[in-house]
Amino acid sequence: MAAVEKTTKQPQNKHVSASWTDPKAEPYIRIENVTKKFGEFVAVNNVSLNIYRGELFSLLGGSGCGKTTLLRMLAGFESPSAGKIFIDGVDMAGIPPYDRPTNMMFQSYALFPHMTVEQNVSFGLKQDKYPESEVKQRVAQMLDMVQLTPFSKRKPHQLSGGQRQRVALARSLVKQPKLLLLDEPLGALDKKLREATQFELMNIQDRLGITFIVVTHDQEEAMTLSTRIGVMNAGQIVQIGTPQEIYEYPQNKMIADFIGSVNLFEGQIVEDEQDHVLIRSDEGGDIYIDHGISSAPGARVWVAIRPEKIHLTKQDLTEPNNCVKGVVKGIAYMGNLSIYLVQLDSGKQIKVTMPNQMRASEMMIDWDDRVSVTWHPNSPVALLS
Amino acid sequence: MASTDIANRASRLPASGWLESLLTGLGIRGRTLVIAIPFVWLLLFFFLPFLIVIWVSTSFVVIAQPPYTHIQDGTFTLNIGESFGRLVSDALYIKAYLNSLQVAALSTILCLIIGYPLAYGMARCSQSTRNILLMLVILPFWTSFLIRVYAWIGLLKNNGLINEILLSLNIIDSPLNMMNTNFAVYLGIVYSYLPFMILPLYANLEKMDLALIEAATDLGCKPLKAFFLITVPLSFPGIVAGSMLVFIPAVGEYVIPELLGGPSSLMIGRVLVNEFFSNRDWPTASAVAVAILLALVVPLMIYQKYQDKELEKES
Repeated sequence: MAAVEKTTKQPQNKHVSASWTDPKAEPYIRIENVTKKFGEFVAVNNVSLNIYRGELFSLLGGSGCGKTTLLRMLAGFESPSAGKIFIDGVDMAGIPPYDRPTNMMFQSYALFPHMTVEQNVSFGLKQDKYPESEVKQRVAQMLDMVQLTPFSKRKPHQLSGGQRQRVALARSLVKQPKLLLLDEPLGALDKKLREATQFELMNIQDRLGITFIVVTHDQEEAMTLSTRIGVMNAGQIVQIGTPQEIYEYPQNKMIADFIGSVNLFEGQIVEDEQDHVLIRSDEGGDIYIDHGISSAPGARVWVAIRPEKIHLTKQDLTEPNNCVKGVVKGIAYMGNLSIYLVQLDSGKQIKVTMPNQMRASEMMIDWDDRVSVTWHPNSPVALLS
Repeated sequence: MASTDIANRASRLPASGWLESLLTGLGIRGRTLVIAIPFVWLLLFFFLPFLIVIWVSTSFVVIAQPPYTHIQDGTFTLNIGESFGRLVSDALYIKAYLNSLQVAALSTILCLIIGYPLAYGMARCSQSTRNILLMLVILPFWTSFLIRVYAWIGLLKNNGLINEILLSLNIIDSPLNMMNTNFAVYLGIVYSYLPFMILPLYANLEKMDLALIEAATDLGCKPLKAFFLITVPLSFPGIVAGSMLVFIPAVGEYVIPELLGGPSSLMIGRVLVNEFFSNRDWPTASAVAVAILLALVVPLMIYQKYQDKELEKES
């Protein structure tokens, strides 16, 4: 396990072993070259994806990137124009939604307005003709888990947004589907409630061992929840990886920019060795990265550095590389950290976040201070596209 | 709460014009005026005539102009017993009432059975087709109701269009007798009132969230069952509204049974007209009118209560 941790980065949900790194593991959900066209418009373009049992997989992307269409194809509301979907080894082609081992939590929750909370949750079990006593027991259990027992006799319109969301969750979980599909599950909640629910979701997923696929446009949500994230753009999956992989090693500028915030420098490769690269930045100064990339000297690259990986100091440092000078043009005090807007001597503005480890002190960096901007050679990522 | 908001906003509007200063001078607020106009209209042209009808129903028949009086043996008397008593004692009225209710109820059910699939189909069409279909439903209103009912005579009579086509195709040997039957009355009522069933149903089904049906099928419910478990219960307000719009006018319907129905299709509307114009018995006719109204107020109140509940739910 220890060896795996080093190379793959530990998934946040520690009970799920990183089955995607095990070549012998059988994927639970197999999406093979799936394409979906609506008339001329290609919503999902030749997507292939393996998801393993017990994963909490996020499909992340902006609106119109095809993530919801992909989810609806898994649920059976849309059928692929080309390609195949397997769930637990079974080809889903031609299987209607009501015969699929999946349940979905809808973005709008889609609670039946004329039914009580209890009736909503028991609906799925009743369709499968479970005995009355078992339905009662399982519904009670589920309501207990989402802490809605006191509200079981209420109608959806008598509930708050957060409560409705939990009813929707209970309703989709009560049948213990092989695969739970969640469409922007936390979209309608305020920040506090979101955070609480995120952890609740992870907890539930952990306890029931159900495979989750979450569609979201919110990168923070995807980061906290997921074992792995698939970043989608224009109907295609552009990168798949754990939250750490996606954040620390984005494959291109688009992903780097979409996930979190990033400072991008354009430059030219001067040295490309096994153990390091040296890039001459267009903004002046050299960027030294302590791992090699496979590219030829002279090639144009972009270097991405996360704001929190940059350090500011009022000392006048004269390092040969990974050091530039600038003037603080703006400070946003956030309490736990501050965001600094620094104008480099080349004129480019960069964003730097630093934790406020001490209360206001002499050392504090102020507006219009001249600062040295440095970072560790491990921090930048060189991107070829 | 919403009304005070509006009032506050209204009071913040700049004062302008002679009308407003006049009204303010008289101590009348704009809001009162807006409500007062329809209120006074209904009071003058609905409530007052109704009171007159009640008044007439308590009088005696005389051969005079007008043919009723409250003076009996030289003294003023309210004659409540005779007219209303006749409604109960004479089997004719009770039979006519029951017949009217039956015709109206059955027509309503027929309208619902025909109208629901139509409204459902319309609501599931694309936006452009929907508008065309909606136009087609409303189109008959551009022709006078009376003319449309008359047109059915031309279709239904023994040497009418339908019989002639069937005869020429050798499907029947002798003309079908359709005119002046109960069948013709039902046909006329269902034909005339069908749009009133379709429109509220359509309005209801059109705004239904299709994700609900998807959620039901996702939970293992087959589409037909989902229709009965989700769509039908949710369209209940539309069903109630449409049914009321068909049932209430159908109970008092006069033109259709008069033109298409036979002597056996005795409906309360016809009885009413007979009492007024053939028998010149205004007190009894008025009593019939009052009784129809009371019979219809009950379903109307049910409808109103239901609507209030719906509104409450939405807010």
